[in-house]
Amino acid sequence: MRLTGDFRGTVVVAILGVLFTLIAPSVLEFFTILTLTQVIGLAILALSLGLVWGYGGILCFGQTAFFGVGAYSYAVAAVNFGGSTGAILVGVLVAAAFAAILGYFVFYGRVSDVYLAVITLTVALILYSLIRRTSGPEYKIGNALLGGFNGTGAPPINVPGRPDIILFPEHTFYVAMGALILLYLLCGWLVTTHFGRVCVAIRENETRAELLAYDTRAYKLGIFTIGAAVAAVGGIFFSVGVSRVTPDVFSLSQSALTIIWVIVGGRGTLIGPILACFALYYLTGSLGTQQVLNTNLVLGVILIAFVLLVPQGVIPGIAGWLRNRRGKRGDRARERRMRMRRPRGAAVEDEA
Amino acid sequence: MRRGEVVLETRGLSMHFGGVKAVDRVDFALWENELRCLIGPNGAGKSTFFKCLTGQLVPTMGDVVIRDVQVAGHEPHEVARLGVGIKTQVPNVFDGLTAQENIWISARRWHGKARADTLTAETVERLKLGDIRSKLVGNLAHGQRQWVELGMVVAAEPWLVLLDEPAAGMTHEETERTAELIREINRSAAMIVVEHDMQFIRMISKQVTLFHEGRILMEDTMEAISANPKARDVYLGHRT
Repeated sequence: MRLTGDFRGTVVVAILGVLFTLIAPSVLEFFTILTLTQVIGLAILALSLGLVWGYGGILCFGQTAFFGVGAYSYAVAAVNFGGSTGAILVGVLVAAAFAAILGYFVFYGRVSDVYLAVITLTVALILYSLIRRTSGPEYKIGNALLGGFNGTGAPPINVPGRPDIILFPEHTFYVAMGALILLYLLCGWLVTTHFGRVCVAIRENETRAELLAYDTRAYKLGIFTIGAAVAAVGGIFFSVGVSRVTPDVFSLSQSALTIIWVIVGGRGTLIGPILACFALYYLTGSLGTQQVLNTNLVLGVILIAFVLLVPQGVIPGIAGWLRNRRGKRGDRARERRMRMRRPRGAAVEDEA
Repeated sequence: MRRGEVVLETRGLSMHFGGVKAVDRVDFALWENELRCLIGPNGAGKSTFFKCLTGQLVPTMGDVVIRDVQVAGHEPHEVARLGVGIKTQVPNVFDGLTAQENIWISARRWHGKARADTLTAETVERLKLGDIRSKLVGNLAHGQRQWVELGMVVAAEPWLVLLDEPAAGMTHEETERTAELIREINRSAAMIVVEHDMQFIRMISKQVTLFHEGRILMEDTMEAISANPKARDVYLGHRT
């Protein structure tokens, strides 16, 4: 049975993603490929909020908290392990565990939607303030200095189990794109499973889901934790792309930007937030090269324009428009058939 | 006609909101295969009583026992998990999903995918929702939304069904179909129906419990209650 979109669409988009990955290095400049890795990290963050907010209905304003925790845990672990192999896993697990603990209190404490947004944002900002105060040699986890507002170095990714073979930037790009596509497929599959459908049902009406004997708290905690794990992968690739992780990953502007990606791309789609992330990144990038307009002002205008004009977001907007057009065309075709049938019917009567 | 065992019982059930005693020490029992209507004027406490049964409200005092399980203070999903089907007063449906998907979510809670698919198809057939199965429930008329919600209740195959104003806002024809469906559900489940519509109650009920000011005023057949001067005074008299 079809529920929210069908998995075939997800596969088609993923195939387009694979094509892009194969073509990009031969078309784009080396420098663009370099920056692309960090944008892919941000796109994975967008995907994670697209899942948690768009499908789970959980407005997590501080999705960056898990993005940042993942990035920092990866950096610290990679420095200590002397390689990225286990560090990626550590980054993901620490962020997921953090989300599971936070989510337990929030969901089982029945915190309302608005407070959940406030609490998650506050958590991100607390982490921002905390990590900024960790400059100095005493703030050290194993061999890794946390580095305060300068942040800490994020070691590059190496071939699994071979810390001596470090990936070249273009290879890191392939790996990051591979991760984005895999996670996109994974999330796309998840929302078609029983678990995913129940999450969507809870988004639509939590009371009804409870009256159908679903423990909604557990489902919300589940999708929240999965979303955090996805965000952590984004954080890892972002920090590898920049080669550093700084407190800015937890900043208010990063949190707000993540929300904007999902609003612009559309809730209830996974590709929307990803594309919006890429598009807005390049928009702000090109705006940064000129002096006429303030970048944040433009972002603000875009956000307001979308909330007012396309509240459902770009991808659902386009899908709705296409459906309407097809519907209208169907209506016209039906009318034509009706018109053609009438004279024929009259002819039959004449014969009789 | 009371036979079998008690499947739902309240003892001294009270729900206070500040100084207001919405439900005041109510002792109530529902028997196996019974179909009981709760009636009463606005503010008599029947909806509050209903919400205490479904776990949506935690009673101030007293017990709610469903088949030997104490459920007062439990979460709604824990009550539902006992095999209780619940329909609320304001339709609670999944607006962004199709009628069919709404019902599937209910069936899938108890069965594997294949069985859930057939059960959904059967329920759509049984409730004659074929025309609207692929429509978003948010776009449906009020009566149709009520039916989708009833479909969700039926698809869970409950043994105890609690309905709060199932016929509210329905056309006459829809009301008749609802009454028919309720009689059909009653063949396999005990039921409590909170209702305002007298005609509707006459269509379905055997035994009626009349609430007044948070208490049970009387419990009898609809005919007996209609004939009782005191009952007429608190409720029926106001409605011609």
